[in-house]
Formats: sequence, C-alpha cells, structure tokens
Amino acid sequence: MYITPRPGGLGRNHVTESVNKRLDRRPDTVPDPPEAPLFTSVDDVSARLAETGYLASPAVATTVFLAGRLGKPLLVEGPAGVGKTELAKAVAQVAGARLVRLQCYEGVDESRALYEWNHAKQLLRISAGRDESWDETRTDIFSEEFLLPRPLLTAIRGDEPTVLLIDETDKADVEMEGLLLEVLSDFQITVPELGTVTATRRPFVVLTSNAGRELSEALRRRCLFLHIGFPEEELERRIVRLKVPGLGAALTESVVRVVGALRAMDLRKAPSVAETVDWAHTLLALGADTLDETVVRDSLGVILKHQDDIQKAAAKLDLDAL
Amino acid sequence: MTEVADRITGLVGALRAHGVRIGTGESVDAARAVEALGLTDRELLREGLAATLLHGPGQRAVFDPVFDLYFPRAVGGLEGSGPDRDALRDRLAEALAADDQAMMARLAAEAVDGMGGYGSSPGSDGFSAYQTLERLRPQTLLARVRADVRGRDGGGADFADRLLDDEIRRRIEAFRRMVGTEARRRVAERRGRDEIARRGVLPTADRVDFLFAGRDQLAELRRAVQPLARKLATRLAARRRRAARGTVDLRRTLRSSLSTGGVPMRPVLRRRRPVRPELVLLCDVSGSVSGFSDFTMLLVQALHDQFSKVRVFAFVNRLDEVTGLLGHGRADPDGLSARIRAEATLTGWHGSSDYGVALGEFAERYVDAVGPRTTVFVLGDARTNMSDPNLAAVREVARRARRVYWLNPEPRAQWGTGDSAAPAYADLAEMHECRTARQLGALIARLLPV
Ligand SMILES: Nc1ncnc2c1ncn2[C@@H]1O[C@H](COP(=O)(O)OP(=O)(O)O)[C@@H](O)[C@H]1O
Ligand SMILES: [Mg+2]
Repeated sequence: MYITPRPGGLGRNHVTESVNKRLDRRPDTVPDPPEAPLFTSVDDVSARLAETGYLASPAVATTVFLAGRLGKPLLVEGPAGVGKTELAKAVAQVAGARLVRLQCYEGVDESRALYEWNHAKQLLRISAGRDESWDETRTDIFSEEFLLPRPLLTAIRGDEPTVLLIDETDKADVEMEGLLLEVLSDFQITVPELGTVTATRRPFVVLTSNAGRELSEALRRRCLFLHIGFPEEELERRIVRLKVPGLGAALTESVVRVVGALRAMDLRKAPSVAETVDWAHTLLALGADTLDETVVRDSLGVILKHQDDIQKAAAKLDLDAL
Repeated sequence: MTEVADRITGLVGALRAHGVRIGTGESVDAARAVEALGLTDRELLREGLAATLLHGPGQRAVFDPVFDLYFPRAVGGLEGSGPDRDALRDRLAEALAADDQAMMARLAAEAVDGMGGYGSSPGSDGFSAYQTLERLRPQTLLARVRADVRGRDGGGADFADRLLDDEIRRRIEAFRRMVGTEARRRVAERRGRDEIARRGVLPTADRVDFLFAGRDQLAELRRAVQPLARKLATRLAARRRRAARGTVDLRRTLRSSLSTGGVPMRPVLRRRRPVRPELVLLCDVSGSVSGFSDFTMLLVQALHDQFSKVRVFAFVNRLDEVTGLLGHGRADPDGLSARIRAEATLTGWHGSSDYGVALGEFAERYVDAVGPRTTVFVLGDARTNMSDPNLAAVREVARRARRVYWLNPEPRAQWGTGDSAAPAYADLAEMHECRTARQLGALIARLLPV
C-alpha cells in the first residue's frame, strides 16, 4: 500500500510518512502485477485446484490461468450451486493468498464495501482530548486509527497476495457497480480526509453473479468472462466421487444420470452440483446400494425444492403417484 | 503469428457481424490469450478466446460455430476409404453406445466427406449436412444402440435405465450438430470462411424471425424468457428511478432550507407517486403468429410485478380472457398455447383469424379493462382475411387508454400487402415492426410505461 497525502487535505503528514516507512516503499513506486506468475500452465491450474478438492472443467482452468496472466478480474456467471464461490476460495488456497470477501446484497453501500469512520471511537477521542485545539483533534480523529476498512479497501491495502471475492454482484444495486468499476480500474481508493490508497500488489479479483440482474456492459468489459453451467457427466461423477467417496461406483453413475435427466426437464429450479452432492450424501446415509423407485421418490425432495417440480419430475420419471 | 492474427481478426469480424460487441481492448486481450495458451490445444484456445471476447452467456451459441470455422479441427477432406454407408452406421452405433465423442466427431467428418458432397463430381459444388444426415439416418440407430448398451451393462435392472432412450437421443442430437459443423467447415474451405461465418451460422435465438422459427428455436426462446425479463426489469427500474428523480419540489426545498438560514442548499426532488401502470395485452394466437404471441405473453407474465395489473386476452376470430391461464405456478411454457386453445373460446365458425370481430368483442365485453392508466399492446400481423377491420373498435379502445401500441411480427415492407390491414390500424395505434426477441426486448424497454 502506498498512501498519497491529499493535497491541502486533513491528512496529517506523519501518518502517511509512518505508513510509508513501515512499508518501506518509495512514493514513486508504481503498482505492478505480482512478480512470479500465479500458475505456469492450464494443467498446473487444474492439478493444483484438484489438490484442494476443486475439480475444474477445461473452461474454468483456462480462464483462471488467463486471469492470472492478463491480470484482469474474472467475472463468473452461472446458476446457484455450480461452484462459483468455491472456485474463488480454491484459487486463494492454492495461491497461498488471503481471501477477502465482499458479500453483496440489496442495499450494500460504500460504508460496507469501502470503509467507514469509527464514529463511536471518534467521539470518545473528542471527549478525551478536551484541552486540545479543535484542529489537532480533528486531524487526529480522521487518521488511520479511526478508520474501519471494509473488504475493498482491505484487499487493496494488503501487501501479501490477495484474492478479492466480490460475491453475488448481481444482488447489489446498480450504483454499486460504478464504485466497483472505479476500484477495479485503478486499484486505488481515495479517502478524502486521508489521501489516496493505491494497491502495491493487485489482488486476483473474482466477481460472481447468478444473473439475477444484468450487470452493466462497462463492468463486463473490465473482466474476463466465464460461464459455469452444469458440468459434463464425467466431471460430475468425479466431483461426487471426491465429495462422497463412500458411495458405490454404480450408484454414483446412476445419481449423475438422474440429475442429468432432471436438468433436461425444464423445471422451475434445475438441480445443481450442490444438490447432486447432497443427494449422494443422503443416499449414502440411507444405505441404498441401487436406485429404485421408492428410494428416488422418497429422496426427490433433496434435489428439487419446489412442489410442482417434484410432481412434474415424478410424472416424467414414471414414479408411482406421490 | 501473422496468420493467427489474421484469423483472430476474421473471427472478431464475423462475431461482430452477428451482433457481438467487441472493442479493440478485447481483441488485444484475445491475442495475448493466444500467446499465453499456445496453439497446440484447440479446446483451450476456444475457451481462452471465449473468455476474452464474450461478455455474456447468450453469445456462446454463435461463438462456437464461428470458432470452428476459423480454427478448424482439420483441413481438407479425408484420404482413401470410400463411403460405405453400412460400415459407417455400424461404427456410429458403437460410438453412440460408448458415448465416445472423439469417435463421433471423426465419423461426422467421414460421413460429410463420403455422403455430403454434391455437384457434378461429389463435393465440387459444396457439402450438405442435410444430405449427409438423410443418407446416414442416425436417428434410426436408437433401438440398436439401446440394445447394445443394455447388453453391455447386463440387463436393465437399474432405475436409471429408464433414462436411456433420452440419453441416446441427446447423443444423436450431438452427432447431428457435429455433422453441421463439419459441413460448414468444408463449404468454408471452398467458398471462403468469412462469408460462411456470417451467413451459414444460425443467428442467436433472439435474432431469429418469429415467423420462421422452428420448434427447437421456439423452445430455446422460451427458455430465454426469464433472463430477458430480468434484464428488462433492471432497465425499467433504472428508467423508473430516473423518472422519479425528475423535478425539484420547490416547496419542500424551501422548507428544508430553513436550517441553512433560508439558503436553499439542497434541492429536494419531487417523488413520483408510486403507482404502477396497468397493462392489457390483446394477442392474436392463430397459427401463423402464435410463436410470437406465446413468447410475448410469457415475457409479460414474467414481468408482472412491474405492473399494478396485467390482463391478457387471446383471440383468433373470437376473444377470451386468458390471464388466469398465465398465472403463477401454471405457466408451463411448453404447454401454454395448447392450454389456451383448449380452455379459451377463441374460434367461432371457422379457424382463421378475424381481427374485426375479435376487436369488436373486446370493445363490447371488456372495455372496462381499459382506463386512463392502461397501456394496451395489440400483438398480431393485422391480416384480416379480407373481413372488416372494425376500426371503430380500435378507436374506442385508443380513446379510453393511456396509450395503444401495436406490435407486428411482419417486416414493414409487407404491411398493407394482400389482406393486411396494418396501415389502417397504424393510423390509430402506434405500430412497430417486431420480428425477433431482440427487437421485442428493445421495444418493451422503450415503450413500457414506468
Ligand atoms: N467443480 C467443483 N469441484 C468441487 N466441488 C464443487 C464443484 N462445483 C461445485 N461443487 C460443490 O458445490 C457446492 C456449491 O458450490 P458454491 O461455490 O457454493 O456454488 P455457487 O457459488 O456457484 O452458488 C460446493 O460446496 C461444492 O461442494
Ligand atoms: Mg456462491
């Protein structure tokens, strides 16, 4: 991190100086991409993600590799439960990076995403320093000590490798996108009372979206785009084997086939990988060793969440009336 | 590398011609991606180019076939082996049973090479996927593949076995697509890649003409309803915010300025009354335009919470309210038109559309549905089968409504030809050409009241 004092602002010089000294940085240091590339090849991505328990499709591995190489944020879009969040976590783990997560929701704002002043502490400080001049007090209460950094600022300030996960971006309001765009363009954040914070080391940024809302073209253009859909059968079998190793091979195969058939049915909510894994766990717990009508009928609620989906699926799978 | 650069340029040009917006920044990223990935693995290249050039999932359907032309799996035809149809079918059945995609792709190439060529000598004029598939008839392999798989797995005791037929159908469908890709590649070698990439690749579903969309495309369109509705809802919300921000409320501005000694520091903006508009839809659901009407009805249903009230009427030569059939939980998109036809009274003596009678019935029976807050959309080609267009009924509806729009799925050039009463109706209601889902989305975003 490097803090540029805001010209004519309230930033007290010794604050920025001490910060800069502590970080042993020159004022003219220009942020540059991480020294050693994160991954050496696409295969390297797959292999190392797999070690953490994340099985990447070729598309996922290729895009993650490129995001590292081109230094661009990665926008991951796809239905719920296909492993978008998990992917960011896995990347952080293999990169030995800390994970900073901004969870978006309706109404998330600057004070939740960027920073906030710790008003309570400021008040205490004001009432404690009654003998000081107001100027002194004011300078002091708008210093580092009273700043509450939120995920975006935290991610930019760090000196260590960082994965910044901006999760479920589509849930945030449109205004939030403007802010994200600014941060993702310059990797700097201006705190008016303090100065401008510039990343010395750009975080690896992953944005996710369930496409609940169309993200702006401008934001999309800043990013590499990755759509994660439902996995191919082979990959899904591997995921089930990895997550539920106790389930027999034949049953694993049947589970994946049935889920595939359900996805082709045009349901209100098609089952995702998360549901496949849940179902596999359930079957293991039930001690089932093959799929039959009773087992499927009794556990359909684990995979399908809407009553009318359950009915439709039961009809199409020729289960006896529920 | 220049050859590769040329290909990327060609690929980008073709994608742009299909409406994918690609800036120079993305092209530069694409070139860097190619450099980082190398050219040895075609599938990695595909993913890398898609990641850098595309911005949304809908574009992928256009990207893949275009990519296949600019970065083909192979060049030229195959050596040796003449076309032995039966041998090819045997090998295809085997590959389908094993779900061996690499083998299927190879067989697609062999099939196009051996059976797809036409002209004075085979292939001299081009290659046809249609001809290849007509001769090979992969769909007739279903029973054989099923028996093959069952024999292999030993019996069909497992529950998942009942899914087998559908699974095999999907594999056959995948093979048919491979044949399409291969035929396009071979034609492109002969006639120039750029031209085929622009004309031989199917447009994205949202650019398909409603009047010519096939069953598959209509099904794909129906799946696109929810995403399109979400996109429109976002845009409408933005428009609503803009409208709400609107004007300065002088009285409140002055009142709030009391705290600053009467100096108006912050203008207070007038809040618009949060009354949502009412919508009435009149849909021609007769054969020729039913794809268009279905799609629009589903879209409006998906947008229902943008309105305080939505009422939908369907007609052929009689008119009936179908709002209830679109209700929540009942909107099974595939069965919609069948249900409307089964449950509503839409035809009288004959089965062809009669705008005059239907509109008259609306003006007579349901005119109370229309008030000063109502926006009315009429959907249809305005082809009256030579009967009286009943302009008086439209005039009456227009008089009562806030606005009346007419969306016509026919190209503007055809309005007024033959039995089309489009120009007469267009005098009374603002008429727009609406041939594709893309146009519909743009129109709705623009015309819907907020
Ligand atoms: N490729 C994958 N490899 C391993 N596990 C996966 C994969 N995809 C999905 N999962 C599983 O699915 C679950 C849901 O993933 P999550 O990241 O929460 O989904 P999303 O963020 O897309 O909604 C995870 O807990 C994980 O177990
Ligand atoms: Mg998630």
